Amino acid sequence: MKKFLQSDGMRTVLASLLSILIGMLAGGVVIFAVGVSTPSLGINTVWDGIRLVVGGLFVTGRDATGALTFGFNPQMMGNMLFRATPLILTGLSVALAYKTGLFNIGAPGQYLAGTAATLFIALSLGTGCVKTEGLVEPFLGNANNFIAGQVGMFPPWLVWTLALIGGMIAGALWGAIPGLFKALLNVNEVLACIMTNWIAANLVTWVFDISNLKNLVENTKIGYVYKTSFNGVATSKMGLDQVFPGSQVNGGILIAILLAVVVYIIMNKTTFGFELKACGSNRFAARYAGIKDKRSIVVSMALAGALAGAAGSLYFLSGNTEFFWSTYQSLPAVGFNGIPVALLAGSNPIGVVFAGMFMSMLDICGLQLTNLTGYNEFITDVIIAVIVYLAAFSLVIKMVLARLGKKRSGKETVK
Amino acid sequence: MDYSPEYVIEMLHITKEFPGIKANDDITLQLRRGEIHALLGENGAGKSTLMSVLFGLYQPEQGTIRKDGKEVKITSPNDATALHIGMVHQHFKLIDVFTVLDNIILGAEDTKLGFLSKKKARKKVSELSERYGLKVDLDAKIEDITVGMQQRVEILKMLYRDNEVLIFDEPTAVLTPQEIEELMKIMKGLAAEGKSILFITHKLNEIMAVADRCTVLRKGQCIGTVNTCETNQQELSRMMVGRDVQLVVEKEPAQPGETVLKVENLSVYNKAFRKEAVKDVSFSVRSGEIVCIAGIDGNGQTELIHAITGLEKVSGGKVSIKGTDVTSAPVRKRSAAGMSHIPEDRHKHGLILDNTLEQNMVLQRYYEPRFQKAGFIRFDAVRAYAESLIEQYDVRSGQGPVTVTRSMSGGNQQKAIIARELDRNLPLVVAVQPTRGLDVGAIEYIHGQLVAQRDAGKAVLLVSLELDEVMNLSDRILVMFEGEIVGELDPKNTTVAELGLYMAGAKQQKEVQA
Repeated sequence: MKKFLQSDGMRTVLASLLSILIGMLAGGVVIFAVGVSTPSLGINTVWDGIRLVVGGLFVTGRDATGALTFGFNPQMMGNMLFRATPLILTGLSVALAYKTGLFNIGAPGQYLAGTAATLFIALSLGTGCVKTEGLVEPFLGNANNFIAGQVGMFPPWLVWTLALIGGMIAGALWGAIPGLFKALLNVNEVLACIMTNWIAANLVTWVFDISNLKNLVENTKIGYVYKTSFNGVATSKMGLDQVFPGSQVNGGILIAILLAVVVYIIMNKTTFGFELKACGSNRFAARYAGIKDKRSIVVSMALAGALAGAAGSLYFLSGNTEFFWSTYQSLPAVGFNGIPVALLAGSNPIGVVFAGMFMSMLDICGLQLTNLTGYNEFITDVIIAVIVYLAAFSLVIKMVLARLGKKRSGKETVK
Repeated sequence: MDYSPEYVIEMLHITKEFPGIKANDDITLQLRRGEIHALLGENGAGKSTLMSVLFGLYQPEQGTIRKDGKEVKITSPNDATALHIGMVHQHFKLIDVFTVLDNIILGAEDTKLGFLSKKKARKKVSELSERYGLKVDLDAKIEDITVGMQQRVEILKMLYRDNEVLIFDEPTAVLTPQEIEELMKIMKGLAAEGKSILFITHKLNEIMAVADRCTVLRKGQCIGTVNTCETNQQELSRMMVGRDVQLVVEKEPAQPGETVLKVENLSVYNKAFRKEAVKDVSFSVRSGEIVCIAGIDGNGQTELIHAITGLEKVSGGKVSIKGTDVTSAPVRKRSAAGMSHIPEDRHKHGLILDNTLEQNMVLQRYYEPRFQKAGFIRFDAVRAYAESLIEQYDVRSGQGPVTVTRSMSGGNQQKAIIARELDRNLPLVVAVQPTRGLDVGAIEYIHGQLVAQRDAGKAVLLVSLELDEVMNLSDRILVMFEGEIVGELDPKNTTVAELGLYMAGAKQQKEVQA
């Protein structure tokens, strides 16, 4: 038992759980402080708020007396899994890079590159599924324009596959750029990543701006691209809609978990992963051992980029999400959120699956908090941010645990 | 407490335990005023622990420390500083971009109304440097001065703080022979001025040259304190290792066979210094011989080896291994052609310190079919192989194959590299300073291994800065000076003095037949 507790893997898990607990406690303190200091909220709301943050996933609403009711909520559960999909993938992206000695802060840019490539492929390859009946004249004209811009006639499953692969390739290429700079010119990857992030944000905005993929059919919305389902392309539900009725969940979460397992196997079981990690731990020793260090750096960044690209790809291939293309002023948060996900998971690919789900759960809890109590969305964001921030402290906690463990075992031997 | 003015520092019956190991077991060390006292022991014998106790970094379980006969409690390095105990660490604690003067006064600055005032400090440092013959340029930046000069800065730092007890932690490990001689002079001068010096080392000839007395530690225990004038190197090494140590390598005359490594007109351009680091060098190494490249550090040996082993590009010339041209081949092609390489810097190139011992053991051959199947590592084969190497080469570590190599002692890290490289059983062995920083027991072992390689018909190319090692081990000596090979010598027909002249560039052979 003691050996179990002192093993490195166990310590990582324990540290992550502890840091989540600390984050939750701190979040509770913020809820309390805001609650008692705002007249419109009060102590009862504080109690509701704390229960929502901890168990928001299991809230089914309020009963006749106004008290919160709890129970299994398949819709929330499904939505949690749906939102976890891109978080798991960007988390994997950051974790993989970190294992190979690189800090991939470029996930937002790679995510955008993946999104753009996916949408272009999914909407530009014709499937013959665009429904035009029922549209009134001006919209029909736009829809016809859209169809006229399409090429060929493909089955939707093929378009979906090509879109996902295209998104991953785009992400990989975008990730490879900072990798190349690092490998060839020794430019710090963090710097190059930040720059490529903003280049991606502006490039994507411009490309969609001049495209004919703008959603002019529903002209109540401005600045959105057609959903991929407009072209009949969407990720299969894979039966998950039966398990979680009424939710947005689809097969993407299964693909994300599959990719996590693949990354785990590559990094821990193969000579290829051994080379990447060796290069990350000591580039010079890797070079001495005949490992091509420059190539390894580029490949690591490209793989990380492909995962972040897949995140964007799967999120928008769901068919019920719309892409707001004017991203030039802000980067997608899900890209950056991959960093705390990876940290919380201790960069373990399997851990990333759970950390991604936890982050997504916090998202849902935040929504519930806004919907069911008087806390507004801004203070909710603050509370969630506090939890995320402290949850990412797992590395520090792990160090403290290691030190405590050492002290204890030291005392025992002396006795 | 009675006052015993004879000793400035007394460490009496010190015992310090760590989980599973007694690092210091009832050790007594008495330092006389004005003496140079050597502390000798193998890697891991407990020298550093003992000094850490004196410096307040560790608290001993038992034992007392006395300063000038009075018992003192040292619980932190600040206490040690207050008692005027100072230490020159093996790896200097200097700020590269600060000037010499700034580094010396750092932490003990004079201020006037909150502003630095360096005038007094400059005067004091100049006086000290004059008095003890420690020549330094006070306004030079640390990054621009030599390692020897950096060490003088460290010594001045201690003197500036009026320290009476000076601890030198393996001070010669990083110095050239000339700098070592200079340091010895300085140490003698300091002792003559009444400073007491503790000199941690495992180099016997230095102890004989400079120390008055020597305390020997072995496996945490104090073996004894001897006067150096009443002992000899053989006895000291016996005390240190616990058995007779072969200080001189015994070997049969070489029986060279076919040429294995051929270097023709090799030049290497060093971008950092914008000059040719290696100029038109030609030589060859045949099977069954040890060829040693001697020279003072920084005369192009590193660049030459990097070019031969594929870590750096050549700017001209040709390198071939067993007739295969590998001049611009990647490292792995050279391995395949028959080259194994014991690198100069075992932390930078030799090991991935955060990886486990077994991962490091297969670093050069993880891709061989023996250790992988369709790209998947065969962990059981790796473990079995690592275990066999650990046993065969006696690599000691805390947890066997899964030990993180960073936690291993320097000697055992080097043994791990040697095991990995020699077990590949390739016709060419390139060994660069394979015994740097190791104790006599480990050196004896490594020398024995290299001679065994030679006798098994391998070609061994050795680079060494240690004159003893060069004279002892090699069958032929090539002396490098400013990027050129200035002489080829036969160790049997040459003297250390002559070798020194070649190394310093004072003597050159016009035509070198290699």
